[in-house]
Amino acid sequence: MSIQSTEINKPLSFECETGNYHTFCPISCVSWLYQKIEDSFFLVIGTKTCGYFLQNALGVMIFAEPRYAMAELEEADISAHLNDYAELKRLCQVIQKDRNPSVIFWIGTCTTEIIKMDLEGIAPKLEAELGIPIIVARANGLDYAFTQGEDTVLAALAQSCHSRVEKLKSQSSTNSDSRLILFGSIPDPIVKELTIELEEYGVKIGGWLPGKRYTELPQLADGDFVCGIHPYLSRTATTLMRRRKCRLIGAPFPIGPDGTKAWIEKICSVLNLSSVGLTEKEAKVWKSLKPLTDKLKDKSVFFMGDNLLEISLARFLIRCGMIVYEIGIPYLDKRYQAAELALLEKTCLEQGQFIPMIVEKPDNYNQIDRIKDLQPDLVITGMANANPLEARGLRTKWSVEFTFAHVHGFKNAHNILELISRPLRYLPKLEDMNQLEYATN
Amino acid sequence: MKLAYWMYAGPAHIGTLRIATSFRDIHAIMHAPLGDDYFNVMRSMLERKRDFTPVTASVVDRHVLARGSQEKVIHNIHRKDKEESPSLIILTPTCTSSILQEDLQNFVNRAAQDCNADVILADVNHYRVNEMQAADKTLEQIIKFYLQKAKKNNLLDIEKTDLASVNIIGPCNLSFHHQHDLAELRRLLQDLNIRVNQIIPEGASVDNIKNLPKAWFNIIPYREVGRASAEFLLQEFNMPYTTISPIGVVETSKFIRQLEQILNQLGHVCDFTKYIEVQTRFVSQSAWFSRSIDCQNLAGKTAVVFGDATHAAALTKILVKEMGVEVLIAGTYCKGEEEWFEQEVGSYAKQLLFTDDHHLVGDLIAKLEPSAIFGTQMERHIGKRLNIPCGVISAPVHIQNFPLSYRPFLGYEGSNQIADLIYNSFTLGMEDHLLELFGGHDTKDVISNTLSSHESIAWDNNANDELKKIPGFVRGKVKRNIEKFAKTKGLNTITMEVMYAAKEEQSGNY
Repeated sequence: MSIQSTEINKPLSFECETGNYHTFCPISCVSWLYQKIEDSFFLVIGTKTCGYFLQNALGVMIFAEPRYAMAELEEADISAHLNDYAELKRLCQVIQKDRNPSVIFWIGTCTTEIIKMDLEGIAPKLEAELGIPIIVARANGLDYAFTQGEDTVLAALAQSCHSRVEKLKSQSSTNSDSRLILFGSIPDPIVKELTIELEEYGVKIGGWLPGKRYTELPQLADGDFVCGIHPYLSRTATTLMRRRKCRLIGAPFPIGPDGTKAWIEKICSVLNLSSVGLTEKEAKVWKSLKPLTDKLKDKSVFFMGDNLLEISLARFLIRCGMIVYEIGIPYLDKRYQAAELALLEKTCLEQGQFIPMIVEKPDNYNQIDRIKDLQPDLVITGMANANPLEARGLRTKWSVEFTFAHVHGFKNAHNILELISRPLRYLPKLEDMNQLEYATN
Repeated sequence: MKLAYWMYAGPAHIGTLRIATSFRDIHAIMHAPLGDDYFNVMRSMLERKRDFTPVTASVVDRHVLARGSQEKVIHNIHRKDKEESPSLIILTPTCTSSILQEDLQNFVNRAAQDCNADVILADVNHYRVNEMQAADKTLEQIIKFYLQKAKKNNLLDIEKTDLASVNIIGPCNLSFHHQHDLAELRRLLQDLNIRVNQIIPEGASVDNIKNLPKAWFNIIPYREVGRASAEFLLQEFNMPYTTISPIGVVETSKFIRQLEQILNQLGHVCDFTKYIEVQTRFVSQSAWFSRSIDCQNLAGKTAVVFGDATHAAALTKILVKEMGVEVLIAGTYCKGEEEWFEQEVGSYAKQLLFTDDHHLVGDLIAKLEPSAIFGTQMERHIGKRLNIPCGVISAPVHIQNFPLSYRPFLGYEGSNQIADLIYNSFTLGMEDHLLELFGGHDTKDVISNTLSSHESIAWDNNANDELKKIPGFVRGKVKRNIEKFAKTKGLNTITMEVMYAAKEEQSGNY
């Protein structure tokens, strides 16, 4: 089922709706960041609402003595009867005594924004007094959605990376001395896999932001190359460019074999390295994916949008032969995602598919209307809408899983397709019951 | 500021939303930042609801921070009025909006002018009340609003029904086993020939509220939610209400006696003695279970009970009065229930505990080492860490506490369910203990691929007798462990000495 050729050549088009959509609060980033940065402690300074969200969203993790906690604000904190500085000092001393971390992250929330708690001002003073680095990130729901929480934390981390002092500093040699730093938090096995992929083409990686430990943060120097691995790290990219004078390699993201190939290719081309053999490597991965992609061909997908991975995932799925009706996305940085958007456009053209509408700040109510009209084979959505959509005979995939699953690099492309295929493959066999809709209203 | 990792009761707006979404025709609009609509996920996932949760956010973002919500809230109210045509829209404040101090009541007044739906502002303060208190308050607020409205429009029907009837007030979304409890309660009332006039809020329409006074009296199954409404109906319409939760055989019969008493006072002469007797002796198995030798095994065993006030008090009484278990600590996280709780179970538990700090609960359990715990999901995890079995009896709960099968806690069937829960917790504990004593759960390196060993190892008579003394359900495992030990030592016959050596080696591993 392909669409008329007149529509195929339509350029990328962007819409912006009301922003009334469901997503996770950005403070959820502590759940994967505390696991990634092993010597850290995350203190979320907020209210019971924030705590309740973390407790319920992160389920079992909460029982495993996580290295994060709430600094729960009480009425006296809000009305400034208590002194923020003294209160934070007291809590951080407890954390230091009980957990002895190498760094404490303060996660600012909506409440600290509204009452204008000067976290950035208090942190350096307490840092000196307690002798422990304190990094402030404002991951609040007023400004950001879900995965953007990691962006705010990494942007703050980027500023605290030490500067590397060059041994021989001549103007002409900056190029040869500059290193490549990759940014974005991913589990260590994937770090290894991506490192090996790049090393095969002679790319040397000068460090990862973040590393396994806070004490292993990469050192940065003017002119270093940096490249992102997640589509939602635009603030971090901006910080690295503007504050740290790094050079950003704008590439598509290593999600799917097509994305991974384009990512390596772009890095190699910027570093003047040959990427011979990459096309064959990609082809091999596609071949191994064929049993999965065969079943997905011509199936349609609708992204409601909640985690900013949507453009990359849609691009990969179109390459797999699927039809994407709509790409909802909380926020789109057209500059940071430029290469990804170009690859999306190119993919649509090569696949003979129309270019899906990209809807920024979507409105879930309107989207559900459109879903009812379009009847896509699969809706990628949050858990608030999944069961009600299933009850109406639609198949859904929880978008959150893409954030927690291993999706980067050649080796993990099949994970994405497994996630996508599962709801399509396991259709309940209830023909005998002569009823596939369960909605009650 | 308080360093917190976990909380028993959620924030106030969750309580309001639980009430709002339990009605059929209410839409709630939260004045909240992006991501605060996590309630929708919980309702959709835990309760597995098929309908879209009727909660939307009027999103508070930077612009709202800078310039105020202005027309945004009003616009959102109008929009939902058109899209969903609910009977009532509740504007729900959150922690964020309570510090913004916008005049939400003003928005509500203005929006109400040209809305088909009624519009009210939930009267809850984030910093003063918790989830359950807010739910109680919101329910009262809605009931009050519609009764006053009906009164104003002369639509209030206060004539009592011909036959004895009751309202059930309180059961709402995301409560512990409330759907099953409701079914059980209906069955009980049907048996007693009492009609159910209204159930509020679960599955009700706000239109039904004006019919509340038609009932003879009110049933409040849980202490936490519904009491404020019942008190209001008592003041306003002189409607009595029940104060006993029918959980456990003894309490269920007390509850039925209370119904009988209220009915007799209202001039409806009835005697439920026979019913209670038949139910207790033949329908419910738990009274008989209390006498059976199974239950004798529980005598003198120790337990710690912690949860919401209703369930913790009920379980404590069941354990002590019906099962002969010694309750070392009975506790609740429900603020404001201390006095009632003490009155209810003060004489049954060795010690009472009022706290919302799960560390304190955990430390006490670790110190006392009870044979079983009855608590919330947090206590279950504490139990896991300490290797003490735990039965979950109260919210906060996980998805496994929203079972598909019929699992009431109330009434006679509820007492069977609870007896199973209690007994299984203790036997599991025993089994665990015995397994540890005789070599653990380790089945990683089996000695042979088949379950029935071909080249059999001989057991001499003494050893065989000893083996028979080991309880049946672990005997196989113990036997395999000892045979494995014998094989590694190259022995062909198992004697008492070999058994003890095997046990010694295995216990050395711990």
